[in-house]
Amino acid sequence: MKIRLEVIKDVREICQQHKDEPSPLIVILEEVQKKYGYVPVELQEVISEETGVPAAEIYGVVTFYSFFSLTPKGKYVIHVCLGTACYVKNAQNVLDKICTILGIKPGETTEDGLFTIEAVRCMGACALAPAVSINGRVFPRVQATEVDKILNEYRSKEGK
Amino acid sequence: MEKILNPEALDQKIAECTEKLNDKLAGKGGKRAILVCGGTGCLANDSQPIFDKIAEELKARNLEDKVSVTRVGCFGMCSQGPFVKILPEDTLYCKVKPSDVERIMTEGIEGGKIIEDLLYVDPVSGEKIVHQSDIPFYKKQQKVALHGVSTIDPLVIDEALGCDGFKALRKVLTSMKPQEVIDEVLKSGLRGRGGGGFPTGRKWQFAANVNAPQKYIVCNGDEGDPGAFMDESMLEGNPYAVVEGMEIAGYAFGATEGYFYVRAEYPVAVARLKNAIAEMRKAGLIGKNILGTGWNFDVHLREGAGAFVCGEETALLNSIEGKRGMPRPRPPYPAIKGLWGCPTCVNNVETLAQIGYIIRVGGENFAKVGTEGSKGTKVFALGGKVNNVGLVEVPMGTTLRTLIYDIGGGIPGGKKFKAIQTGGPSGGCLTEKDLDTPIDYDTLVARGSMMGSGGAIVMDEDNCMVDVAKFYMDFICDESCGKCSPCRIGTKRIYELLTEIVEGRGTIETLEELKDLAKITKNNSLCALGQTAANPISSTMANFYDEYLAHIQDKKCPAHVCKSLSRYYIDPEKCKKCSACARACPVNCIKGVPGKEPYVIDQSKCIKCGTCMGTCKFGSIIHE
Ligand SMILES: Cc1cc2nc3c(=O)[nH]c(=O)nc-3n(C[C@H](O)[C@H](O)[C@H](O)COP(=O)(O)O)c2cc1C
Ligand code: SF4
Ligand code: SF4
Ligand code: SF4
Ligand code: FES
Ligand code: FES
Repeated sequence: MKIRLEVIKDVREICQQHKDEPSPLIVILEEVQKKYGYVPVELQEVISEETGVPAAEIYGVVTFYSFFSLTPKGKYVIHVCLGTACYVKNAQNVLDKICTILGIKPGETTEDGLFTIEAVRCMGACALAPAVSINGRVFPRVQATEVDKILNEYRSKEGK
Repeated sequence: MEKILNPEALDQKIAECTEKLNDKLAGKGGKRAILVCGGTGCLANDSQPIFDKIAEELKARNLEDKVSVTRVGCFGMCSQGPFVKILPEDTLYCKVKPSDVERIMTEGIEGGKIIEDLLYVDPVSGEKIVHQSDIPFYKKQQKVALHGVSTIDPLVIDEALGCDGFKALRKVLTSMKPQEVIDEVLKSGLRGRGGGGFPTGRKWQFAANVNAPQKYIVCNGDEGDPGAFMDESMLEGNPYAVVEGMEIAGYAFGATEGYFYVRAEYPVAVARLKNAIAEMRKAGLIGKNILGTGWNFDVHLREGAGAFVCGEETALLNSIEGKRGMPRPRPPYPAIKGLWGCPTCVNNVETLAQIGYIIRVGGENFAKVGTEGSKGTKVFALGGKVNNVGLVEVPMGTTLRTLIYDIGGGIPGGKKFKAIQTGGPSGGCLTEKDLDTPIDYDTLVARGSMMGSGGAIVMDEDNCMVDVAKFYMDFICDESCGKCSPCRIGTKRIYELLTEIVEGRGTIETLEELKDLAKITKNNSLCALGQTAANPISSTMANFYDEYLAHIQDKKCPAHVCKSLSRYYIDPEKCKKCSACARACPVNCIKGVPGKEPYVIDQSKCIKCGTCMGTCKFGSIIHE
């Protein structure tokens, strides 16, 4: 994969900003993940050059934590909560339904790059179980039958 | 805010802020105060637009001098939110929508009327309740860790100063020796609220006894138990109290730097904590020469990156150090050799939130509440099949019955209570027979569960306990860090066995194998994640063995949850041939002729999603 020069420059800058903090690797990775949506191997190498942490170790860290992703995510990231409070209120059915409609599995992205589905463990909105969030906007008490409507709202935003 | 240079300046500031906050809440000078819940639960339910609209309306109606509006932390009863509370009357409006604001302003604020349809309806008596203090949910609670949450604006340090903030810090810095602080906490009997229940004072004593140039205090805000959100609400509602607790801990055992580790899934908590730290820095309550006493303390914030095991203290330390979050063998304990090799105490958010109170009222007074071995109050996140889902803080020793029925308002829809899981994925379930047990650290363990961090998930007759056990195992398999094989392989194998059972392929031998594996995983894993991983299995097996047997021998799931053991079919007698179900089915497996032939489900294609059943208006579809 080819990474744009500006991005590489920016990532170097992010590393520089944190260079005086003790063990800043995860802080840097979180910033890159938040800004660009993923941390590909190419950027891990840049971070390795800047921080002196071996690239293999960085790869180990990136793959350990679920927050980091090696591939780009869709424009809309759908989080379906499978925390206990949501699970006992049929969140699995909601997740299954979204997967059936979009034709992908949790962790995957639709071909048009619009949606990524991720199963998460609790977003702290347990009273609104089952909870789904799309790019941070939380939908409370989602029923499997309402999923279509929610997805359509986003589809029509994109003219699809 | 200007820097507060010495203790006397702080006293003056506290006096001013306390008067201001009390006047606001008491409605001095005929003024009113509107509080809007700004906790994560209510924010997800449009509480921000509600707040904005109220502020807008106050301006438009020229009421800004007479009525204030504040966004506060969680009210606790999140399932009834968003909340709008009017003071000094103490009128509480529930499930408010942005479109209700107009009425609240015109009829409520200007017209002086109570808006009946926004009042809380007691699920037991069916009565409408006007005042928050009359709602049974709040009556049996006692707020210590949650002090200030739902009262103060978490973004405004003055409100914290008006709500007992920093009094304890002043007290320890000016009138107590570090050892005296530890003694006070020892006297209080406070045990860690993060799961282990280790006496906090003893932990601090260990670290205090080590002579080292650098020590750390770490606040564990990873809150990994899915379905628990106590720590979140404290960080969102009154972050100052937690930072103050951290500073007192640091003073007590000699740490001059503190790290917060908060899970990234809590963006609101992270933002408010960040703001609190910045405000305290400005006020000179963090940094060099705090209050002119010569004492220095610095605070840092790290966000978690999504790994349950990082809640385990040694894994958490590795994570702060930028490594994979794998547990370290203990000993050495962190109090001896922790962050970057320095003596470190890791304390939970709620533990630290209790410290200020202990210092203010004294350890002995704190210890008056609670049971023999568990002092003080505990916050629970009551979730699942209970009417009032939310956060509750009760004295240790409260019974489950009080928790579920008096405070929780019972089970919704007239369903039958089946079990309550405490302690999250490491805990176990308690049943009908345990309802009158006073809950504390020790009784819960004696009954095969544990306190954990305070997650309490209620399950009713529609939940399958084998499925619940499998759910926890799935979680643990995902989250096992893989360092040691009993946990990595053992949990995977347990998950496979449970899958066999829920799919109808289990035998009596499967159950025996499960029991063996549970023992092996428990006895041979490195950290508590693996050591406790099988608890949900052992406890559901002990309490619901007949449900396991039903899956194995009768190939039936009594709660109709396990898909392989249940089916949907259409009763031809009842079917009105309307075709609604066929159009709703995502896999097109229902066939019939509209108006002519009853509809039939092709069992070989049905994915048992239940959509058809929800669609049929005539109740013609049966699930068994
Ligand atoms: C798998 C695992 C997960 C844990 N998760 C948390 C957590 O999310 N929050 C927490 O405070 N403690 C958690 N703990 C307990 C911590 O290891 C530690 O005991 C605690 O933070 C100490 O603080 P306390 O003494 O104030 O309770 C966890 C332990 C294990 C084994
Ligand atoms: S018990 Fe599990 S989580 Fe703990 S160290 Fe071993 S593999 Fe990792
Ligand atoms: S349960 Fe789902 S898949 Fe099966 S018939 Fe009904 S709608 Fe179709
Ligand atoms: S929706 Fe109900 S009544 Fe209509 S065709 Fe289906 S089963 Fe029959
Ligand atoms: S369990 Fe789903 S939001 Fe907490
Ligand atoms: S978030 Fe509003 S009541 Fe809990």
